[in-house]
Amino acid sequence: MKEFKGRVVTPGTCSTEAVVTHQGFNTLASLQKALQFGDKTAKVNDQNNPDLFGKPIAGKALCLPQTIGSTTGGLVLYCACKMDRNPRCMLFGNRIDSLACAGAVLASVWSDAKMPVIDELGEEFLAYVKDGMKVTVREDGTVTVE
Amino acid sequence: MELTLEQKAILDGERGETLAKVMKTLVMYGEAFDASKMVPVTSDYNHLVTSFGLGVMDPVYELMDTLLKEGVSSSQKFTVDPRPLDPNVPTGFLQNLVFKRFMYNKQDFYEKQLQRLGLLEKDAFTCTCYMSEVGNKPNYGEVLSWSESSAVVYANSVLGARCNRNSGIIDIMGSIVGYVPYFGLLTDEGRKADWIIRIETSKKPEAQLLGSAIGMKVMEDVPYVIGLDKWLGNELNEEACTYLKDFGAATASNGAVGLYHIDGLTPEAKKLGKSLIKENAKEYVITDKTLQEVYDSYPIIWKDKEAKPKLCFMGCPHMSLQQLKDWTDVIEENLNRYGHPQVLIPTVFTAAPAVLKEFKKTEYYPRLEKTGIILSYICPLMYMNNPLCAKMPVITSSNKLRTYTTSRYYTDEEIVMQLCKGGR
Repeated sequence: MKEFKGRVVTPGTCSTEAVVTHQGFNTLASLQKALQFGDKTAKVNDQNNPDLFGKPIAGKALCLPQTIGSTTGGLVLYCACKMDRNPRCMLFGNRIDSLACAGAVLASVWSDAKMPVIDELGEEFLAYVKDGMKVTVREDGTVTVE
Repeated sequence: MELTLEQKAILDGERGETLAKVMKTLVMYGEAFDASKMVPVTSDYNHLVTSFGLGVMDPVYELMDTLLKEGVSSSQKFTVDPRPLDPNVPTGFLQNLVFKRFMYNKQDFYEKQLQRLGLLEKDAFTCTCYMSEVGNKPNYGEVLSWSESSAVVYANSVLGARCNRNSGIIDIMGSIVGYVPYFGLLTDEGRKADWIIRIETSKKPEAQLLGSAIGMKVMEDVPYVIGLDKWLGNELNEEACTYLKDFGAATASNGAVGLYHIDGLTPEAKKLGKSLIKENAKEYVITDKTLQEVYDSYPIIWKDKEAKPKLCFMGCPHMSLQQLKDWTDVIEENLNRYGHPQVLIPTVFTAAPAVLKEFKKTEYYPRLEKTGIILSYICPLMYMNNPLCAKMPVITSSNKLRTYTTSRYYTDEEIVMQLCKGGR
């Protein structure tokens, strides 16, 4: 078990299973198919991301360095939250990028979704956390991985 | 974040609850990046990314409806990304049904919404809004609230405007309140380069391949590219701008680049030179071998890897007028050389409606028509993103299209061979 301290972008608490990508999470490429074709588990459809391709992320703790790609990213994430197909929480190794931040903030201000988003957890966090590990997020941005 | 009295009043709800929520969104967004203040949006026009009436994007249309109902709109008109449908582009019966009945069944509704929100004109749908023919070309130093990754990176890098990589919805919100949070690419410090990229190739690198290599390496950092002016020259002429359009789109989609500097060419690099490079900048050398390795690393996800292509898309981002003319020459010349009257694969060239209108006035238009190539204003990405099209073997020289869809990337030269000779 290990504890990491990050910065709270949008607050909340949760405890769930981790899915991990070590490369940038391309929000549009990953989620468009799931949103368009009614996949409630939100299986990632980004062919360029071998860490996540084909894995469901709805309800999971998505652990990632940052998001990349199209500037639809924020609204795709916002839609995923409104449609209940979002990760349970998003845990960033780096500082959050502008697109993911937009999605998190839009979801927080304009929807009832509660998706805690923590960033700056560090490289060590991403090196330690593995798919299937239990992740607990606390209000102050502390993340426990076991 | 320090707010002016006017900004604070908006946040406190003095101009209505909805506008307060818009301001709250922008403040929270800015605070996540330690923005010290909000600064005025100074461009004439805005540019939005959301152009598609996807049935499942109801949350977006509901939000737009809320803004309209509350009378919360912007005085700034805007252009928007390309339409997802065009009857000129070949579709089967089933595809047509899926597109119109299921996927884009909100297109008409959404276009009406956009017109009420301030669409510049009814055909202002393109990702290359900065083309002279379209007329949304910001000036050096202007502050924007744009989205669309390829347009943002172009505006920042080639035009010297200042814009963060805003997401859809955030784009229109900045325009509505007239302010955007001051951080990242809006600041002098945020425009400094984290990477030095040295180009040491034996020939002019393929724009889309070079952009991909740099994007994948630097992710969202700012690269300062040395050695590209050897191939592009030191003037931002039509040819250089077209190259940088395609190069930038690849850096932005294969990574998350919002600004690059080209030594001796782009405006800030010309003005400030190597003083734009941060002290501990990392270095990445690009050779012919690097580009070949990047090319070879692209996954081919066609079921039958040897399938004969059924469609070719060129123009993601949309082609420039000069590009349409140049490609007409190249296709015509190669069809003559290999003895074919028309291209061997159904092919679509895409460009902004305003660019297509100008192109159709030139002597190139009937020549291109004769080659069998179809002209369209469509967004190839939106066309491709469904299970029916995803199964089709589609080829392209766009690295953005490759990244987001199942289409297969070839260099421009390989595309010409496939279209005019057959095979690579």
